[in-house]
Amino acid sequence: MDALAALWDGAFGSSYAFWSATLVRATPLLLLGLSVALAFRAGVLNIGAEGQLAVGAIAASAVALTWAGAPRPLLVPLMAGAGAGAGAVWAGIAAVLRRRFGVLEVISTLMLNFVAAALLSWVVRGPLQEPTHIYPQSPTFAATAHWPFLLPGQRLHLGFAVGLIAALVAWHWLAHRAAGLRVRLVGAGPRASASAGGVDVARTTFGVFLVSGALAGLAGASEVGGVTWALYEGLSPGLGYTAIAVALLARLDPRGVIASAVLFGALDAGAAAMQRDAGVPSVAVQVLVAGIVLAVLAMTQLRTARAAARTGPDEAAA
Amino acid sequence: MSADEALALEDVRHTFGRTRALDGASCRLRRGTVHALLGENGAGKSTLMKVAFGMLSPDAGTLRIAGTPTRLRSSRDAIARGIGMVHQHFMLVPALTVAENVALGGRGRFDPAQTSARIATLGERTGLVLDPRARVADLSVGEQQRLEIVKALAHDARILILDEPTAVLPAAEADELLRWLRRFADEGNAVMLITHKLREAFRIADDVTVMRRGRTVRTGTRTELDEGEVVRALVGEMDVPTPPARRSVREDAPIVLALEGATVVDPTGVTRLHPTSLTVRAGEVLGVLGVEGAGQHALLRLLAGRLAPTAGRVMRPPIVGFIPEDRLEDALIPDLPLTDNLLLADAGRLTGRVDHAAARHETAEILRTADVRAAGPDARAATLSGGNQQKFVVARENRRATAALVAENPTRGLDLRAAASVLAGITTDEAMQERAIVVHSADIDEVLAVATRVVVCFAGVVREVPWPADRSDRTPFTRAMTGAA
Repeated sequence: MDALAALWDGAFGSSYAFWSATLVRATPLLLLGLSVALAFRAGVLNIGAEGQLAVGAIAASAVALTWAGAPRPLLVPLMAGAGAGAGAVWAGIAAVLRRRFGVLEVISTLMLNFVAAALLSWVVRGPLQEPTHIYPQSPTFAATAHWPFLLPGQRLHLGFAVGLIAALVAWHWLAHRAAGLRVRLVGAGPRASASAGGVDVARTTFGVFLVSGALAGLAGASEVGGVTWALYEGLSPGLGYTAIAVALLARLDPRGVIASAVLFGALDAGAAAMQRDAGVPSVAVQVLVAGIVLAVLAMTQLRTARAAARTGPDEAAA
Repeated sequence: MSADEALALEDVRHTFGRTRALDGASCRLRRGTVHALLGENGAGKSTLMKVAFGMLSPDAGTLRIAGTPTRLRSSRDAIARGIGMVHQHFMLVPALTVAENVALGGRGRFDPAQTSARIATLGERTGLVLDPRARVADLSVGEQQRLEIVKALAHDARILILDEPTAVLPAAEADELLRWLRRFADEGNAVMLITHKLREAFRIADDVTVMRRGRTVRTGTRTELDEGEVVRALVGEMDVPTPPARRSVREDAPIVLALEGATVVDPTGVTRLHPTSLTVRAGEVLGVLGVEGAGQHALLRLLAGRLAPTAGRVMRPPIVGFIPEDRLEDALIPDLPLTDNLLLADAGRLTGRVDHAAARHETAEILRTADVRAAGPDARAATLSGGNQQKFVVARENRRATAALVAENPTRGLDLRAAASVLAGITTDEAMQERAIVVHSADIDEVLAVATRVVVCFAGVVREVPWPADRSDRTPFTRAMTGAA
């Protein structure tokens, strides 16, 4: 009981817990969850959000450290753009490999995650290392590179607003725009999209792949600009993989990603508090999270199976 | 019961959710006979046979095997009692070899040499020859079907149930299969043939059972029943639509579709279509005949703008309606609602905002005017029966294609009534009179009934075959299809 109380208090117990812990932790999951949801909707199995986040963080940090003297209204958007661009390029490698050589993106994006992790650990020991050359991390960014907070006295930063807007735009785009329709069609039936609809399937999936990478890269920029103000190796404790669970729990609906990212953020914030206050290891929460995702997936499957049973074999087969 | 009874089902009932799939279905299969089970799509034929094969456990009714009342708990039980079933959608593992597929479902150790020997012996005895080491993915559809039969025979099946076996075969192979089934039955075995081809049933079967809406409405020997009576039993009180009439074409009608030396070479270097030139005028219905793989696949896709020629030119209007033969892969997205499937047709051209309200309205209108039975515009395409899916596709393409329409096997897998209504939708619809239409079907009679002009594909060469003096004479067309001069 104490543990659950601590979990609740850590996530929702105070306005600080909610605005400065839960939502701050939800921010990268929101952007990364969108990245995964969009890709999966188009049938692109991009599991490289982790690596795209890392290169996004590197690019944004390089911009922040290089142009530290630039005014904040200019520097922050530049960091965001650099992060998104780097994420898109990183995803673009896998996208080109798929389009040109038919390399499965499940493999290429996963491999690129390891390459990005190695790149990050080299960068923080090399070109972007702090001046004393002792710690494997970058110097702290100048105040001009700090992303603005949204509320006085709270750590909630611009990244969350960007994520919210991105989620609503993505939803509108999928539901109401022609390009979004193509993405949904291609994801659900690539052959029919090409044959009956004349949709350029390769081009559509390529575009989604880049957008997905850009969102993950943006998450990297938002983490270094809004939370850590420096680049270091342990930046992401597997956020890019958690994001897959976030997206699946939301059943790949961008609006659902908002709720599911906040839930995962709350569990993460609560888990830290639980470990601190009740001495329960935070892995207990990870077990809970895994349980939730499995339950949701099982329920989805069950619904599909029931619907199939209702229809009957003659109709299903015909 | 009588000594020659192989399999009998009596008063079988079964419901799926709220749908009553079987509502008093009965059927008696005699040893040494071929029994045709006729019925329209959704009549419950497949469901009844799944009960006989132990895949479904009925809510009520009895099953007798060789006169003994039996309860089957699974298809494994059915196989153990000498029943084999060849499903419409094959139950094979494409990545495995023929021998491995035959051994699947057996018990104990897999001995490739022993299994291969068994396949060879079966091949000698029955004439169903297969290479045990061939990968199933590399087999033709006909060979895969042969493998399904061999699988059943390897388990000593004396009763064979086949679900629409000829639907997937070219005419010559279908004939061969039917002859083989006849011989198999003559050896003292029994064959249950699910079909909706009346002609096939009357050609091969000793007994015929007709099902409608989950009930057995007629059963008897072939000699007892006459065709007209069976047709009435099949479709119920309603009349079967008559085949659409051939139209007359004005000589000076504008040319809508044209090929000039168009050639198709596939990526592996095989020439699918040799240089072809032809024209289709407004109001014409060009019938295309050809056995599987004769080049009509490429020809139709060229005309529909779904394939670019390797050489030569294609002239066509910007939008050509296309009804591909594989509707669940190429025409519809089963998981999406009908409204999205309507939008699908123009998805490549749409820009800006999508007007879902208008699309939904248009979908509802199609459901009404084309008599598509569906829960509504939000129903997933997969929830419709095959006939209704096809009517939806035809109506969708008809609305868009104001100048030209290409249809490939548009009646595949449809029952009599659905097929007639689909054909009528393509060729005799008022609005279609001014369009150029190209129709291919594996059923020659279907093409000859609607076409104003006929071309025949053979080995990638397209040749026009003029109408014989007696228009009901099929020989010039069948000769051209087999390559005879």
